[in-house]
Amino acid sequence: MSDRPDYAAFPDARGHFGAFGGRFVSETLMAALEDLEQTYRALRDDPAFWAEFDQDLAQYVGRPSPLYLAERWSRELGGAQVFFKREDLNHTGSHKVNNTIGQALLAKRMGKRRIIAETGAGQHGVATATVAARLGLECQVYMGAEDVARQKLNVYRMHLLGAEVIPVHAGSATLKDAMNEAMRDWVTNVDRTFYIIGTVAGPHPYPMMVRDFQRVIGREARAQHLAQTGKLPDALVACVGGGSNAIGLFHPFLDDDGVAMYGVEAGGHGIDTGRHAAPIAAGRPGVLHGNRTFLMETDDGQIIETHSVSAGLDYPGVGPEHAWLSSVGRAQYVNITDDEALAAFRELTLVEGIMPALESSHAVAYAKKLAPTLSPEQSIIVNLSGRGDKDIHTVAAIDGIEF
Amino acid sequence: MSRIAETFKNLAAQGRKALIPFVTAGDPSPAVTVPLMHAMVEAGVDLIELGVPFSDPMADGPVIQLACERALAAGTSLSVVFDIVREFRTRNATTPVVLMGYLNPVEAMGYEAFAERAAAAGVDGVLLVDLPPEESEPVADIFRSHGVDQVFLIAPTTTEARMARIAAAGSGFLYYVSLKGVTGAATLDTEEVRAKVETIRKHAQLPIGVGFGIKDAESARAVSRVADAVVVGSALVQRVADNASQPDNIPTQVAQVLSEMRAAMDESD
Repeated sequence: MSDRPDYAAFPDARGHFGAFGGRFVSETLMAALEDLEQTYRALRDDPAFWAEFDQDLAQYVGRPSPLYLAERWSRELGGAQVFFKREDLNHTGSHKVNNTIGQALLAKRMGKRRIIAETGAGQHGVATATVAARLGLECQVYMGAEDVARQKLNVYRMHLLGAEVIPVHAGSATLKDAMNEAMRDWVTNVDRTFYIIGTVAGPHPYPMMVRDFQRVIGREARAQHLAQTGKLPDALVACVGGGSNAIGLFHPFLDDDGVAMYGVEAGGHGIDTGRHAAPIAAGRPGVLHGNRTFLMETDDGQIIETHSVSAGLDYPGVGPEHAWLSSVGRAQYVNITDDEALAAFRELTLVEGIMPALESSHAVAYAKKLAPTLSPEQSIIVNLSGRGDKDIHTVAAIDGIEF
Repeated sequence: MSRIAETFKNLAAQGRKALIPFVTAGDPSPAVTVPLMHAMVEAGVDLIELGVPFSDPMADGPVIQLACERALAAGTSLSVVFDIVREFRTRNATTPVVLMGYLNPVEAMGYEAFAERAAAAGVDGVLLVDLPPEESEPVADIFRSHGVDQVFLIAPTTTEARMARIAAAGSGFLYYVSLKGVTGAATLDTEEVRAKVETIRKHAQLPIGVGFGIKDAESARAVSRVADAVVVGSALVQRVADNASQPDNIPTQVAQVLSEMRAAMDESD
């Protein structure tokens, strides 16, 4: 008998992944979360719900996304064959749309006419505004003021889609503050509002639900890799902010003992500088945004302001399932600096003609280190979670170019 | 009997209701809080809720978030909050003090160390906004063994089944949050509050305090007619903010608001 955990059995009935997860919210939200959990648990076993989800993914999102063997880059790296799971080719340009489609279907079934969301890089905001437009729902998106400034393109995109973007000036004016503000809105307008959380964090059932919706990435990648090579990959690599694209890729492979998994946190200016967003590498367990997980915090338990060149990774926490997978040793969590991610952004663009999001560039940069340590008979799947168009202003500013 | 239970018993014997102020400890600096606590007691309050500042107060509105930022900037940690309570206790052995805040600073200190140090400083109860009864089971025994009451919130959205569960887990008193929304938002509907408090009473032996939306003497009086305690927070914290540049004025300014509320609550109908 294996001592491997039954990964599919997590979270438990109370939303716990071992010591992580749970539901740590003010009483006002408890009824809404219980209601959401009941609705979701019922639909989880309802084939008609998943059939509707799958149809939307196929016909609106454009799934399955390809699994692409990067032959030229693999040859240059001189090691493992590197495959890209092309979530950047999804409608709206990232993996975020998988989850927003799922949660929008829930909102529709629950009769909620108003949708709120938080966003960092704006990918989740755009995906949410998109499904809200499609379903004719009112939509407001909270975004840190600093992220509004560095992600102008996505802010304008959300405006065009009919969503209202509300800049949040409190705290560090980034993703965590946007999440605080969205939770405040939800507490106030809980009767008619559905809060679409964009990652595998937050109070139970969000980490479970978002993971379930994102599992499509790993299910497809597993089947595609088997079809293309006749075997499973040796390693998976994905960036981790909250960690929804990573958990989506990892989850369907958890029982495949031979498949190594690497979650790549944002190393910012370097872990030793303290200017980063790598809670698993440099944080400790604590409670924020409704769940217990690894957090970047002071000795007194105050949350530390984070730094990453990619707005989507600029978050002081991580999804509780990642905290758990790290603690049981099933997945390894590594980190990549801003400079390494920027170099990977440029390199992949030049060598393969694929411009990855700065978030995904962290995964690309780690694959560049990992591939040469493996043999050409081995393979790596890198999750290309989003496309880099939204980050062109950031990269151009570093090059001293103004449009 | 705990200091909180004793206080509510004495008030009940006099046919009076408790007035409970909330201020953020260390706002705008730790030196202000002890004189402010004494001034509030002189103005007629029965129990003091001290906010423990947190960097991410998700269930609070902008008034209290800014108070947290001022207090943190002035170096207010949980240890400093204990110092404040210890100093208050050198001149006041009777007024209960409840710490109100978020879980993470407590978790960072460790539950056992927190409960021990809180009790030693003279803290009587704890209200952790983001620690519902379901998640508090592992710590309930620790708090109980140190004689620290655990105060829980009940919201307008709370089902009756949950009310019973919360009442069973709580001690000291129960805090009914009379509005959906964050602290400092909108105004309250007294009739709705009356109906809800009656429902809670069916499930709970504990005294029931009502907070959120109590802004002035009139709303304090109205709520005191239906609940055992009136909790007032943002209206006081706003006074602190208004006087942050002249902190010496803060005790008098806040006491004035509370004196008016006390008088209105004690008027016979």
